[in-house]
Amino acid sequence: MSGWRCAGLTHRYPESTHPAVRDLSVEIPAGATTAVLGPNGSGKSTLLRLLLGVLTPTAGTVEFGDKPVARWGREALARAVGVVPQGEETVFPISVREMVAMGRYPHLGPWRREGDEDRRAVEDAMRRCDVWDLAARTVPTLSGGERQRARVARALAQQAPTLALDEPTAALDVAHEMAIFELLRDLGHAGKTVLLVTHSLNLAARYADRLVLLDHGHVAAEGTPAQVLTRETVERVYGWPVEIVRHPGPGPDTGAPQVVPLSGEQCVRMAHPREDFHAA
Amino acid sequence: MKGAARLLLLAAVLAGALLLSVRLGAVRLGTREVVDALRGAGDPATVAIVRRLRVPRSLLAALVGGALAASGACFQALLRNPLAEPYVLGVSGGAAVGAVGVIVLGASAASGTVAVAAFAGAALSIILVLRLAASAGRTLDTRVLLLAGVVAGAFFNACILLVLTFSDAESFRAALFWMMGSFSGATWREIGLLALAGGPALAVLMALARPLNLLSIGEETAAYLGVRTERVKLAAYGTASLLTAASVAVSGVIGFVGLVIPHVVRMLWGPDHRFLIPASVLLGAAFLVLADVLARTVAAPVELPIGVVTAFVGVPFFIWLLRRRGV
Repeated sequence: MSGWRCAGLTHRYPESTHPAVRDLSVEIPAGATTAVLGPNGSGKSTLLRLLLGVLTPTAGTVEFGDKPVARWGREALARAVGVVPQGEETVFPISVREMVAMGRYPHLGPWRREGDEDRRAVEDAMRRCDVWDLAARTVPTLSGGERQRARVARALAQQAPTLALDEPTAALDVAHEMAIFELLRDLGHAGKTVLLVTHSLNLAARYADRLVLLDHGHVAAEGTPAQVLTRETVERVYGWPVEIVRHPGPGPDTGAPQVVPLSGEQCVRMAHPREDFHAA
Repeated sequence: MKGAARLLLLAAVLAGALLLSVRLGAVRLGTREVVDALRGAGDPATVAIVRRLRVPRSLLAALVGGALAASGACFQALLRNPLAEPYVLGVSGGAAVGAVGVIVLGASAASGTVAVAAFAGAALSIILVLRLAASAGRTLDTRVLLLAGVVAGAFFNACILLVLTFSDAESFRAALFWMMGSFSGATWREIGLLALAGGPALAVLMALARPLNLLSIGEETAAYLGVRTERVKLAAYGTASLLTAASVAVSGVIGFVGLVIPHVVRMLWGPDHRFLIPASVLLGAAFLVLADVLARTVAAPVELPIGVVTAFVGVPFFIWLLRRRGV
């Protein structure tokens, strides 16, 4: 079981003047579901890429498990973390089965043939994400929801103890969005470490154990949903008036904090309204 | 083992194409005569035709066809672009500058000189394009690579036109013929060199097959699935470029094979590079051998440029395939 620890993390893209992530220290514990939240451009995806070792920090350290993430080989890291990145485009029309089976690459490498164990892992992952019936379809013919489930299945086929997802429910309708979050909860209960970046504050509040709220590249708040999603914090970070209510239930989420954005005229009562919105 | 059976079928098609190619020509031969001639028996003139002319020519066509098709399949995956083909990154332009330069300077009596100059030009262009693309950042951005290749290709074309402007009619004609591509001067030495380069290159491409599958769904995704993407991109670029350079050096610029053959294989049997690459090699080889038969025989005694035949046969077939699949 491995979690992440980063300290003093800073990253500036070469073409940009401001760092996307600056002097950020945070811990993502193993065995829990952590959601990274924050406004557009607050550094969520950059942080995820730094944690996954595809970006090199300008300063600071990222450790995954017992060693710096840069010291993990790509194959070893792929056996430890399954990733669902933001949208991708297949150039050639591969089948859903083929795409999910790519999740076995870290176990097979360039030469080894798919064995029984690999076939079982692929089928399990596909059934779990409800895409088994789509096995022979080509990826470009899938709907947005089906494609997203297939990509989650690919990450599951990696059979890694940790799962990282970048806005897995962007552009999905409510039922498909809920289905993905329910699946993540099941995986969390099954012992997986889950790290997800999302814009959905309310679903994060219900389905994540811990929230990390980013603002301008640093951590504005972290902790349990009740600790992070307070009216004051959310209004400060997002610059919009909100009310916090409790999830009415029934179900396991009863009482979870839920953010209700108010209408724009309520901006006047905020201590520091965001000027760009206020002026409009 | 569906894949293996299909490859065997394609190998049989290639064998048939080679036999046909050795039999047909100015002098028609029977299969019996060909077999005898290969063993060195029978009419000495026939033996000479088979051993010195037809077999080398057919084998060279096969090797070039296989190399170009494999190279095209690799470039299409590397650049994530279905329109990519072996010459898209300027290798042929670099080769042509070398070859045309030598032809115009008049040192061209020995075809070996032209081949060496063409290969040197291609090798220089491979390094130049890589330097252009890689200096823009630490990692190799394939979009920048494509741009660098296209720009370099345009520059090489300008160089060729400049050189041709100041050439006499005879070398102008010779340069034009070289650029159109031909197998007429095939020698065993060229075959040996191409096979020597092609064998290891094919092995490298097979090792890259699965990583290329992953790369074609996205570079970042491939990295998350355990592919060392920078290494794979460099190896794919280098190997596919060298295959193209070696082919162009021995036979000139033969278009169309490298673009269309991988698409045909993909449409018939899917895009898995572990099958796509060897199947493209076999089908590309068979296609170019048959195209060369047509080039030699259709308008005999005039020999058509092989590129004309590949386009005239390939384009309608490709259109038919596109229509049938409703892509």
